[in-house]
Amino acid sequence: MAERSFAKEVQHLKIGKGETFRGEGILAITKALLENGVGYVAGYQGSPISHLMDVLSDAQDILADMGVHFEASASEATAAATLAASVHYPIRGAVTFKSTVGTNVASDALANLASGGVTGGALVIVGEDYGEGSSIMQERSHAFALKSQIWLLDPRPNLPSMVKAVGDGFALSEATNSPVMLQLRIKSCHLLGEFEAKDNVAPHTTVKDALENPKRDLTRIVLPPASFLHEQEKVTKRLPAAIDYIREHNLNERFGPAQGKVGIICQGGMYNSVIRGLQRLGLANIYGDCDVPLHVLNVTYPLVDDEILSFAEGKDSILVIEEGHPAYIEQNIRAILHKAGAQSGVAGKGPFPEAGELTGAILLDGISAFFREAAPDLMPSVARAPNAPPILKMPELTATVPARPPSFCIGCPERPIFAATKMIEEELGPHHIAGDIGCHLFSINAPFDIGATTMGYGLGPASASAFNDKTAARRSISFLGDGGFWHNGLTSSIGNAVFNDNDGVIVIVDNFYSAATGGQDILSSRADNKSKSTKHPIKKAVEGMGVKWVRQLDRTYDVGLMQATLKEALETPETGPKVIIASSECMLNKQRREKPLRKKAVSEGKRMKRTRFGVDEDVCTGDHACIRLSGCPSLSLKTLDDPLRDDPVASIDQNCVGCGNCGEVADAAVLCPSFYQADLIENPSRLDRFFGQLRQGLITKLQKRRDARRLVFSRDPS
Amino acid sequence: MTILMPTVGGASEILKLAVLAVGGQGGGVLTNWIADLAARGGYAVQMTSVAGVAQRTGATIYYVEMAPKTDRLPVFGLSPSPGDLDVLIAAELMEAGRAVMRGFVTPDRTTLIASNHRILAISEKEVPGDGRAKGTLVEEEITKAALRCVCFDMETLAVDAGSMISASLFGGLARSGALPFEVAQFEEVIMASGRGVEQSLAAFRAALNYETSDAIELVATPKKQTVSGPQKLMTGWTELCAQVAVFPSEARPMVQAGLAKVVDYQDLEYGKTYLSHVSKLTNIHAGLAENAAKYIANAMCYDDILRVADLKTRASRQTRLRAEQDIPEGEIVQVTEYFHPRAQEVCGTLPAGLGAWIEARPKAFSRLDRMTNRGRRIRTDGIFGFGILWVVSTLKSRRRSLLRHHYETLHLDALLEHVKHAAQTNVSLAVEILKCQRLIKGYSDTHVRGHSKFAKVISALSVLSGRDDAAEWIRRLRQAALEDEKGEALEGALKTVRSFA
Repeated sequence: MAERSFAKEVQHLKIGKGETFRGEGILAITKALLENGVGYVAGYQGSPISHLMDVLSDAQDILADMGVHFEASASEATAAATLAASVHYPIRGAVTFKSTVGTNVASDALANLASGGVTGGALVIVGEDYGEGSSIMQERSHAFALKSQIWLLDPRPNLPSMVKAVGDGFALSEATNSPVMLQLRIKSCHLLGEFEAKDNVAPHTTVKDALENPKRDLTRIVLPPASFLHEQEKVTKRLPAAIDYIREHNLNERFGPAQGKVGIICQGGMYNSVIRGLQRLGLANIYGDCDVPLHVLNVTYPLVDDEILSFAEGKDSILVIEEGHPAYIEQNIRAILHKAGAQSGVAGKGPFPEAGELTGAILLDGISAFFREAAPDLMPSVARAPNAPPILKMPELTATVPARPPSFCIGCPERPIFAATKMIEEELGPHHIAGDIGCHLFSINAPFDIGATTMGYGLGPASASAFNDKTAARRSISFLGDGGFWHNGLTSSIGNAVFNDNDGVIVIVDNFYSAATGGQDILSSRADNKSKSTKHPIKKAVEGMGVKWVRQLDRTYDVGLMQATLKEALETPETGPKVIIASSECMLNKQRREKPLRKKAVSEGKRMKRTRFGVDEDVCTGDHACIRLSGCPSLSLKTLDDPLRDDPVASIDQNCVGCGNCGEVADAAVLCPSFYQADLIENPSRLDRFFGQLRQGLITKLQKRRDARRLVFSRDPS
Repeated sequence: MTILMPTVGGASEILKLAVLAVGGQGGGVLTNWIADLAARGGYAVQMTSVAGVAQRTGATIYYVEMAPKTDRLPVFGLSPSPGDLDVLIAAELMEAGRAVMRGFVTPDRTTLIASNHRILAISEKEVPGDGRAKGTLVEEEITKAALRCVCFDMETLAVDAGSMISASLFGGLARSGALPFEVAQFEEVIMASGRGVEQSLAAFRAALNYETSDAIELVATPKKQTVSGPQKLMTGWTELCAQVAVFPSEARPMVQAGLAKVVDYQDLEYGKTYLSHVSKLTNIHAGLAENAAKYIANAMCYDDILRVADLKTRASRQTRLRAEQDIPEGEIVQVTEYFHPRAQEVCGTLPAGLGAWIEARPKAFSRLDRMTNRGRRIRTDGIFGFGILWVVSTLKSRRRSLLRHHYETLHLDALLEHVKHAAQTNVSLAVEILKCQRLIKGYSDTHVRGHSKFAKVISALSVLSGRDDAAEWIRRLRQAALEDEKGEALEGALKTVRSFA
């Protein structure tokens, strides 16, 4: 079960012609797929398209009713390979994943698909994880489109345009026998808006039809000599077909006056931000009516030479607004103009920085810099002498406000794993530690400061493979999440370590979900899933790979055991990889699963325990060693009303979920006796009450006896 | 060419609002409410967010744009721009500071709605001393940066109403009047949300009608201390209290507090010793009194097993625990303590001779360690667990004969010696030395580390003595020692000091 449920929203997917669909960008894309007769959908979760997978997953019944097959793929490579169903059969298929990381993984299949070409429309929906909010290396998917010749759509970021792009994409793919990539930026995915719906269309050929009527066409298979023919066909047939289609169907758009001294060419995805820049300069109104000719590339590859040339005609200069590096589009436009001997100047990177997100501020600066240079007369007075107040410089504020990087949630079962690792490093000295992709990568930040590299999903242990020297006095430690394990870690990391007899220690962080992407189920999930096969233990897979030294820990919160196991792994004379599988359920998902059940049980009068932790403020001395081994958001500081104290003491707030990490850490690291666990007995039995009273009676007696012989100081709660 | 003048006044026709929150605070809920409010109020609205990993307790941003609905759809922006926001809602004080730093709050037009409560960042919490950012500074700066500022603790209002901060921030937004909607429309949105409506409305109204003068009353009035006990002890206590009057008036509250702490820790006799230590220093220089009162009390009340056993078995502790953990009156709570005594602590609790004998013999010591050194979970709501701690706490009467007391006395004597020596020539240096007692805290390794930091700072005295800036350097060294766990900052500062030699 995913972190967010779309069970309610997906019902809107059934609406038909004439109705207004209101929802998030990703939900709109799903609706568009159904309106365009898609036959199958596959993908792999990851921001910003995780929710697209969640929506599809929650919509499985609706999809099945229409004969549409949905698959949660094992990886992006699997997802891309799924599109093979459109090679010989006229089935429309769509796959989705996070880019560029997912596209990297998928590129093998994508290149093969693009070489042989497709019969049915094949749409690759990539969530471009770029700019603010991104968690990956900053690259462009554009390069993949260019190298494999996959047409690239970058629609204007509003729901009607995005929905239209899905239909255009399928049609363009079929008209050119080429796959099409639909690029969605982070903010478009999470954009809430509306569009006019159409009726859903059942696929005219389903995967069932294809299975029962198999076909093969030798010319579509990537093997010599066909592969050489594909290369030629790409440029002699498919590219001209694409250019024709784009031109005939006006996939790119023009705005503003027909003529002008200067003009702007921008990616479709940048359109709203460009208009906002023009608005702020007084060159456009809120509806996008502008004083400057604008050529918007909803298709960023291929460019249509005629369109560029006709736009450039009569213009002194053109501003190309393109996000990211390298500036493929600008280079292409310059080449087109140069080849045709056109006279217009081109500005792009120059007024705009070479690399980085084009934020509102950068766009405003870049556009006004261009206009001041190329067309100062066009600038209204507001833009020439902007009287906006300078943004205040507040050096003290900058020095005071702390950074707030993301970290582990309250009660996260991964926290004790890294507490144990930190303690092991204190005991045995620093080690080379390789990180992977997933929530566990938060270990690189304070308070753990653990992990040296991250090389890709499932590649944590693989990235430690060079550190395989039998004579070294220390072993490497590498981390791998359960998501990464099943994605490709089993072969690339575990298999590789076995095959090369790597002595390193591998910790597999098993939290029962693909947690970082939103809690989707994976093979080793312990939950029942009505459409997927779960409960396949990681341990069996690891042993099947040939690992001899495997330890399964079923409660990561046992910091002492975690520490002892790590120590054993680092010191055992046994050769080959040492694999520790540390398993406890993701707390975010556990809470969502258990909270309603608990509530119900309590209201039904069942005897339940509510566990929380606390700190005795008079025992705590305010050193915060516990925080340096935890970082739990619920474990914070408070100032005591005591003039004798200098430093704030640790304090646990009411969001505590009672995971026990702080108590365990205090014990394992021999910190202090300040922590206590408080279990409230809800709906106590009569026996509970009887013993409770008996105990309390005796305790009170002992307390009174002691107090009778000494002074008792107390502070009135005034 | 003709310049087509925008039919409406440029981008300013669009109302722009951003929400900055900490992941998990419900920023998404609030933004959805605002979007719903705009739609109900006849506005075209667009909302975007940057979710992803920042949702995991990091800083998150949500963004809303709205404009009066017409037959044409406005072109809305997807992310906030510096200098181009009408409303900024910050769900935490430092996030408000961050918004100002990023230019999202400008004095010409931005209404800032901020909760001034704190969610401490890890960098603030992990410092061994007090690493918390200065909230008052941030509050002043953000007020300066905004056109209007609605800033008070909306988290507490929400919690008190049994709701989430999204509801009280929504109330703050209604209160600010920055959006062209009536309060009734705000309430309709909450009522339509369907979950926890009553609590949300209560939190909403609490923020809407909050009286800022309440904040002034929140200034803590020190709680009055009461003392009770057998008549004989009470008489002794009154006599001791009478002696406090001889100290300089500004130091008296601290002496009184220290005295209470010391007597509570041990007994009246211990209080007498305390007063004598403090008065000896005060006699050298009156300016030492207050810090002597504070740090001598802290040094005398070291944290040993007896102390912990005593604190954990007090009736007042039960009361506090039940309040902190929201245990309803009459309900049963099971309490498990997390202990991990080592041989060092056990030896410290033995008679000085015996303890020292064991410590001097590595074999005996490690045998004792094997026997004792492990985690102990003790149920102090049970007779057995409580009983053990109760018995340990009664050993208090013998504390002065125990090994730990012997060590702590040596430490206190050394501290006092250093202070007395410095006070002859440099009172401010003596004060700074006293304050170094702050470095010694915690238990086991933490305690050892504290002692080692203390020793390092004190070791600088040999280089610093006679210098005019000696006090300032000791202060700097102490601050450095409180900056990080391993003492890297301290080592750096010490290097500088050693270069003076």
